[in-house]
Amino acid sequence: MRRMKGWSRPALIIAVLALVAAACGGGGGTTTTAAPGTTAGPGTTAAPATTAAEPLVFGMILVGPQNDRGWSQAHFEAGKYIEDKLGAQMIVIDKVNPADRPGTSVEQVVDDMLAQGAQLIFATSDDMKDGIENAAKQHPDVPMIWSSGDSAWKEGKAYAGLDNLGNIMGKMIYGKMMAGCAAGLTSETGSIGYLGPLINDETRRLASSAYLGAKYCWENYRGKNPDDLKFEVSWIGFWFNIPGVTSDPTVVANNFFDGGADVVISGIDTTEALVVAGQRAASGEQVWAVPYDFHDACNEAPDICLGVPYFNWGPPYLETAKSVVDGTFTATWQWLAPDWNDINNFDTSPVGFVEGPGLSAENKAQLDTFIAGLASGSINLFTGPLNYQDGSVFLKDGETATDQQIWYMPQLLEGMLGASSSE
Amino acid sequence: MNFARRFASSLVAIVAALAVAIGLMLLVDAPPFEALKLLVEGSVGSDVKIADTFMAWAPLVLTSTGLIVTFAAGLWNIGVEGQVMAGAIAASWVARTVDGPVWLLIVLTMLAGMIGGALWALLAGVLKVYGRVNEIFGGLGLTFVAQALITYLVIGPWKRPGVASTSGTEPFPEHAWLPTLPGLRISLVAVGVALVAVIIIYFMLRGTRFGLRLKAVGKNSRSAYLLGIPTTRYMLAAFAIGGALAGLAGTIQATGFLHRLVPAVSGGYGYLGILVALLANSSTIWVPPVSFFFAMISVGSTQLQLRLNLDSSLGGVLQGVLVLFTLLAQGWQSRRIAREAAEASAAPPVKLVES
Repeated sequence: MRRMKGWSRPALIIAVLALVAAACGGGGGTTTTAAPGTTAGPGTTAAPATTAAEPLVFGMILVGPQNDRGWSQAHFEAGKYIEDKLGAQMIVIDKVNPADRPGTSVEQVVDDMLAQGAQLIFATSDDMKDGIENAAKQHPDVPMIWSSGDSAWKEGKAYAGLDNLGNIMGKMIYGKMMAGCAAGLTSETGSIGYLGPLINDETRRLASSAYLGAKYCWENYRGKNPDDLKFEVSWIGFWFNIPGVTSDPTVVANNFFDGGADVVISGIDTTEALVVAGQRAASGEQVWAVPYDFHDACNEAPDICLGVPYFNWGPPYLETAKSVVDGTFTATWQWLAPDWNDINNFDTSPVGFVEGPGLSAENKAQLDTFIAGLASGSINLFTGPLNYQDGSVFLKDGETATDQQIWYMPQLLEGMLGASSSE
Repeated sequence: MNFARRFASSLVAIVAALAVAIGLMLLVDAPPFEALKLLVEGSVGSDVKIADTFMAWAPLVLTSTGLIVTFAAGLWNIGVEGQVMAGAIAASWVARTVDGPVWLLIVLTMLAGMIGGALWALLAGVLKVYGRVNEIFGGLGLTFVAQALITYLVIGPWKRPGVASTSGTEPFPEHAWLPTLPGLRISLVAVGVALVAVIIIYFMLRGTRFGLRLKAVGKNSRSAYLLGIPTTRYMLAAFAIGGALAGLAGTIQATGFLHRLVPAVSGGYGYLGILVALLANSSTIWVPPVSFFFAMISVGSTQLQLRLNLDSSLGGVLQGVLVLFTLLAQGWQSRRIAREAAEASAAPPVKLVES
């Protein structure tokens, strides 16, 4: 009797599940019998070859939630932009990372998207490097983009030689300089915190850019001594909070404020720095924050938001999509500067900066002067003399950095506090 | 007639679980039958999908089978998750350091994984037996320690050059990857190891002196002790076996699926294994099919977002609701049996849930 008990229950479970499976379509997916309500069901069998008349189908793989008010949402909206402009159709999947989807790899997602008819894939995170390179090798005929990467840069250090995998990245170094400038203009305590994600070439580059912007505006517009400016970077360990694995960005942001910083610049995908600053401002503290990535990111706490440097992936992604439709796609490495005529033109500028309500009128005017200087080229912050954090020379007096030197900075800059690499 | 009654109660549980799932989908304006169909198609609809589902199945079978051994000994080994991680760490260490032919790496990584998982489980066992720390708390605590250890390794000693990210280590050299069938992501070694584990544990618990004594310890360790069974040793043995199987699961995750060590290397298969063992009602033979069903939901649920724009955590909700209702039905059933037995005779009532 005991054994019967042990056997019967799972048996029933399986039996009923089989019934359910049978009830919804023969359990196979290869048959498309009279299943009501289902119109198209190609399943995983090869989708029919799309003719020129059919709309482009493209896949968008996001690392975080599609509504994160940061990095991933910026990509999601770029996908919507392509849909609008091109009448294309986006297949989107978010939270593709081992913590959120432990059983799902980038390769699997690419397979699924191709089975649904995708002709172009965007893998939109640094974290997807291995996965998208493998997928590109497995499907050499499918154009793919690995955003923020350098796998298609012949002069880069990680050239992968894949004819179907291109890279797109905005020159966020300028956006971060503006963020740093806004912080340097506003800070009363002369102490700025930078909430960093993980440490790699990209994040060293961007944290350093923010520092250069802060230092420039602190020194030139406020006439203060750069030695009195404290700029500290604290890394959480990933692009966003993973409980139990990364440091908690909310805690890190609070630590900055507790330690005397009055502006925190965010370098992570999500908006914790702004939220924390908003809470503390509500309790009477004079603090500000600069979020990142997404043009509407200030909205969660507008009053203390100094502005947001953001990516506008729409225009370059649209160009890529058009090239796939035309059959002219080539895998290139693109590192795209803002449209200096109007950095907030949604149809032309890959990088922008929205000034926030937290910025005073006077500081706004000075930030605009700074931006104009960047645009005209009269201000180039990657000009020597600049030293690395350990005192070794990065740029000699008067030397300006090459793209390689900026992209692959091995350390933070002298004058910044915080780790340049692990430990 | 007892069978009929059980049939009825299980049916009620499953129908209720499905009803809740369907109700949830209707609430979010999703077509429930289309969603269920996508779950099936997305997990067994093609060769590639079946292969992927089996690669989720193998580690899940291993953790569940290991749990059945510890459950048989009356131990709530909730720390499997940490044992999977410990196995993955040990296997990763071998994969990163040992050079050699593929077969040698397979043997060595799996051995290392089993040892790592067994040692981690024995820690919980020693804490229980000698330190009087309940294995539930010991196991959970050790899971946090294992998680922290992986994070430390990934961002510290085993970091990628020039990078400090909790994302994961550099991929292992390819000779340390479990070989896969051409065009598919399935490793027959992984599936074979899982099957062999099920067969061994099935016969061990059923037909061996060791297995019967282990069950005696589980049913009533005090009586077993009085009858001359060294209960401490048996409990520790159960921990070691369960941990070794969990460690194998970690090995397969690291060398067969992810090809690197990541903080989420366990894939949650330790926790999911607890649900499988509960649904299989501690019967080894039912672990493979129940695991397959759970693997189907895990792999297939990606389709919910890709095709219907639904959050694929709906799959996890379905798994959870199903287990909850099955347990409710079990509890309700044994309660009725107990009451009827008490009414029929003056015999003492049966315990509600046997440990």
